Amino acid sequence: MTIHAADAATAADAPKAAAGTIVSPPPARRRRRHRTQGQWWIPWAFLMPALLLFLVFRYIPMVQAIQMSVENVRPYLGNEFVGAQNYQVILADPAFRDATINTVILAVGQTVGCLLLGFLLALLLEGQTRKLSFIRSAAFLPVVVPMAVVAELWRIMYYPSADGFLNNIIGVFGLGPSEYINSPDSAMWSVMLMGIWRGGPYDMMIILAGLAGIDRGLYEAATVDGANRWQRIVHVTLPGLRPVFTILFILAAIRGFRVFTEVFLMTNGGPNGATEVVMTLLYKLGLEQGKLGVGSAGAVLLFLATLVLTLVVQLITRRKKDA
Amino acid sequence: MSVGTDTALGLTESRTVVGIAVKVVIYAVVVALFAGPLIALLSGAFSEVSDPTDLSVIPNRPTLENFAIAFDFGVLGYLANSFFVVGFGLLLQVIVSVLAGYALARKRFRFSALVMVAILATMMLPEEILALPLSILLADLPILHINLMGTLAGMIVPLGAWAFSILVMTEFMKDVPLELEEAARIDGASELRVFAQIIVPLCKPALGVIGVFGFTMIWDQYLLPLLVSQSSDTYTLPLALRTLRIEPEVTPGVVMAASLLALAPSVLVFLLFQRSFARGLTSGALKG
Repeated sequence: MTIHAADAATAADAPKAAAGTIVSPPPARRRRRHRTQGQWWIPWAFLMPALLLFLVFRYIPMVQAIQMSVENVRPYLGNEFVGAQNYQVILADPAFRDATINTVILAVGQTVGCLLLGFLLALLLEGQTRKLSFIRSAAFLPVVVPMAVVAELWRIMYYPSADGFLNNIIGVFGLGPSEYINSPDSAMWSVMLMGIWRGGPYDMMIILAGLAGIDRGLYEAATVDGANRWQRIVHVTLPGLRPVFTILFILAAIRGFRVFTEVFLMTNGGPNGATEVVMTLLYKLGLEQGKLGVGSAGAVLLFLATLVLTLVVQLITRRKKDA
Repeated sequence: MSVGTDTALGLTESRTVVGIAVKVVIYAVVVALFAGPLIALLSGAFSEVSDPTDLSVIPNRPTLENFAIAFDFGVLGYLANSFFVVGFGLLLQVIVSVLAGYALARKRFRFSALVMVAILATMMLPEEILALPLSILLADLPILHINLMGTLAGMIVPLGAWAFSILVMTEFMKDVPLELEEAARIDGASELRVFAQIIVPLCKPALGVIGVFGFTMIWDQYLLPLLVSQSSDTYTLPLALRTLRIEPEVTPGVVMAASLLALAPSVLVFLLFQRSFARGLTSGALKG
């Protein structure tokens, strides 16, 4: 009995090591079922609510999106198959091209900005004292504030007159006044800056967890060898954080591609299309103008872009690990 | 120059006058940058802010008028909607995750690896990408033929299954020793009894993690309520901020009063359950 139990426990532990890489091998099936396993349908009964909800609200809509993307969607009249026509329409649309460029700029800017800010904050706020954990909590606050509130607050702070909140502050340093989200020249980086303010502290927390996992002995060894702060960070800390950076990069890029709420609330794509991103454009096309087929084609392309990006990052990091 | 070896930067260990001064300045700047705007919002909500240029971190002419005006525009009703959605949404999410986690962690069955992949893959299918078909689907649910558009239920049910929560539960339940379960079974405990009285009570830390993350995730929802709402009756508070701003009588002070009510619940949840937050950030994000 006890041998059996221990055996089963290790079998249950086996896939955990591979949990991060999705492709965990299924545990070897026994010829005789273990007595704790019971009837075959029991696990499926426990899984049913989750699987049903995922099926109805994730997988069926995905299939529908693909289906609608090759159809002329006509409510009450029945849809007709149009092949690749919707894709041709959306790919030829200069608005979609501009929105794609804007989305990439915003996604790259926010991803890199958040990582840099998060890394800097993590370095500055690493430590065990109560005072530091209080400061870390204060820095983390923007992450838990709803995006809708962040957007309303920054709209007020970005007030473009010379005595607006942020213009007052940058005025102290002899800068500005800027028009922020009200001018096509500055709207994009204004939205980006707000995103970095909210996303940077999140990256900080994850990077701090990564820093805690770095062997202190390596720091001592580096110090003994006469390395200064800068050399120690470049040669010890950064390599140790590579897996953390990879995950943060994937998460941020996926989030960046489907950015919607902050742009919708700050500028709704304006002024003059300067901040139009793929999702705000699709929202206008599909839900405001009722072009569901063309909108779905855009959504499918957006999904493919996210998928390709994830796979590419996975491939690059796996090859580096092997090398 | 000697550099401490407890942290990457070695700044924390610095005990010199210059080191301490540098630390104080850095900490002050960090707090000002990240908490400053929120303090400005707090003080703005309780001040007379008739123009965006009146915004300041220091309250001036304190008043509760902003809240009174916000309530006149139905903010309390929107807040109630938000609480309804987060309450039932979180309940559903926790139940679904605990059940699924139990099967994935404690049972070995055919296709379990495939189920895991199917659950992980949903992380690639967020509401944003599915927005258009979702708005059609919610108007006429498959088989049931129920219309959830314009109802709060339409904002709740699609959030019921969340891959993050299921993964956190699964990882945690794997660590519950099998001996406990075996002992209960020998004593004749049924499957449901083992689940409800042995496994779930041992998973309180994980329940805390999926509770706080589920709460902030649902509270922050924007696109889904936007798709589902057909009139202001079903607006959640985050959704209502945009329409509130456009009203001519509404000053920035009123917007900030409503914003304060919209951020208070999730900030309070964070401050009260920081331990669960830290645990979830390190386990969930790095593994999922």
